[in-house]
Amino acid sequence: MHKRRGTSRVDAHLRTLTWKNEGLKMKKIIAKQEACMGCGLCEVYCTTQHSKSKDIIKAYNSEYPKPIARIRREVNKPVSFAIQCRHCEDAPCVTACLSGAMTKDSKTGEVTHNKDKCMGCWTCVMVCPYGALIMDKEGKVAAKCDLCQGLAEPACVANCPNQALVFKEVKP
Amino acid sequence: MAKYLIVGASAAGIAAVEAIRKVDPVGTITVITEEACAHYSRPMISDLVSGKADLQKMKCKAEGFWKENNAEARLDKKVVSLNLSDKTVTLEDGEKVNYEKLLLATGGKPFVPKMEGQEKEGVFTFTNISDAQRLAAKIDALNAKSAVVIGAGLIGISVTEALIKRGIKVTVVELQEKILSLLLDAKASDIVEAVIRKAGVNFATGQSVQKIIGKPENDGAVGGVILTKGNQVPCDLVIVAIGVIPRTELVAGTAVKLNRGIIVDNFMQTSAPDVYASGDVAEAYDFILNQNRLLPLWPLAVLEGRIAGCNMAGAKTSYEGGTNMSSLKYFGIPIVSIGLANPKDDPTIEVIVKQDIENNVYKKLVLKNNMIVGITLVNCIDRAGILFNLMKSQVNVKRFKQNLLRDDFGWAFLPVTLQRKMSVVQ
Repeated sequence: MHKRRGTSRVDAHLRTLTWKNEGLKMKKIIAKQEACMGCGLCEVYCTTQHSKSKDIIKAYNSEYPKPIARIRREVNKPVSFAIQCRHCEDAPCVTACLSGAMTKDSKTGEVTHNKDKCMGCWTCVMVCPYGALIMDKEGKVAAKCDLCQGLAEPACVANCPNQALVFKEVKP
Repeated sequence: MAKYLIVGASAAGIAAVEAIRKVDPVGTITVITEEACAHYSRPMISDLVSGKADLQKMKCKAEGFWKENNAEARLDKKVVSLNLSDKTVTLEDGEKVNYEKLLLATGGKPFVPKMEGQEKEGVFTFTNISDAQRLAAKIDALNAKSAVVIGAGLIGISVTEALIKRGIKVTVVELQEKILSLLLDAKASDIVEAVIRKAGVNFATGQSVQKIIGKPENDGAVGGVILTKGNQVPCDLVIVAIGVIPRTELVAGTAVKLNRGIIVDNFMQTSAPDVYASGDVAEAYDFILNQNRLLPLWPLAVLEGRIAGCNMAGAKTSYEGGTNMSSLKYFGIPIVSIGLANPKDDPTIEVIVKQDIENNVYKKLVLKNNMIVGITLVNCIDRAGILFNLMKSQVNVKRFKQNLLRDDFGWAFLPVTLQRKMSVVQ
């Protein structure tokens, strides 16, 4: 009874989230929960990819501000999977952003974050249903998955030892 | 003649422009604002005072916004009256502008109670960019050393932080016994107050300012305040940050129905045909209280403006509602407060709290019939949005509520059915 009510409300919520569905298809990163071992390498490679040096040792030991992972491994044994920005069709972080730092690219569908515009108010953290906005506490700005622009495949996907992350085209 | 006329170019007005253009690519849009600067981030005005942001950073839309949306912006123009039967508004210079659909997104104005001496040089309010610019200029001109901030709400705390960053000594005067009393319970308020005190701020709670006094050498300039309990606080500046009240002047005496703000339905339409209202001026739906009320918050103004725009352009769209929701970044202690913080005694209400006082961490959930109706997170706000989504979607959390305040809480602690619904996992 209760569960039914809960999920039907989620349906309603999802419908409202897609108010401007333009049929845009984009590649998104999706986790395969049954394949994830919870090793955390996705976080390591994400951190390295978002460091200045792109060097794993320097990224972890000597860079300032400290680069941070935009993907997060969740573990509730025996379940584990990794989660990051879903680039929502009608992204709550974009509508809620107080500064205009968070925008939806109408061509690629990517939700992008401009850290130079970010005021670090954490409103995006408050509204993201995926918990995918990361607080860069040193930089005092939000950080999020940028799908590793420029790489053929995002670093987390390319380096997952068990192919628990897939990068594929999905309908919004 | 504008097909769509919008009064106000902040959160709600701007969101309405974008929404109208999604539905109607050609209908003429005119936006009138009395401000010289449009689409800037009001919440960022404290960063302007502290020096952390400049005008360029504060612009929350790209330079080409008006052109891209094929909308006419009329800045620095004040609308002084509204004639519903002629469907016109009149500007200060006498010009009349016709409309087919009108959106009132006039926002709020600071509430300033009557105080002796309030006309003195050095008394400020703090809601828009010109307030911030004038305050910053005054700080420089006076080389100001001390300030009194009246009001320990969102705006009061934000301006206090900016002043502290400028090296100014601040005393915050608050009528309530606790600071941030609309957002936090007593316990959370105490934690936050202690952190802000450590940054050098003085608080005078449970009292207000009865009189602003002048400087000995110049009575026309602010020299201090006398509090209701009689003590005197010397200062160079007074910032009144008690709250905002809706700017309803335009509809006073018209058929548009008013309560404290403009009354709107779930389509953001007022009681008058073809007239809509959104943002701080409107009383929109609160999904936690299940009633319409004033909720002067930027993200809600955006949502409301968007709903108004869709409906003005003919795409019937209903507002799902908002609630009191704020995220604060000040003094290095992040806070998220959503919905009920101080629930009334009620047998269907359950409160779950987790705290780590040493680290100033305090987390509280208010549940009603096993659904989240209140979230307070102090100094540990990571993934707050997952909880907010459960609240908004009215998910029954009975089976996993013990997990919700875990430090490592996340989607892994939620039912698989929900994970799949939201495509968290394949």
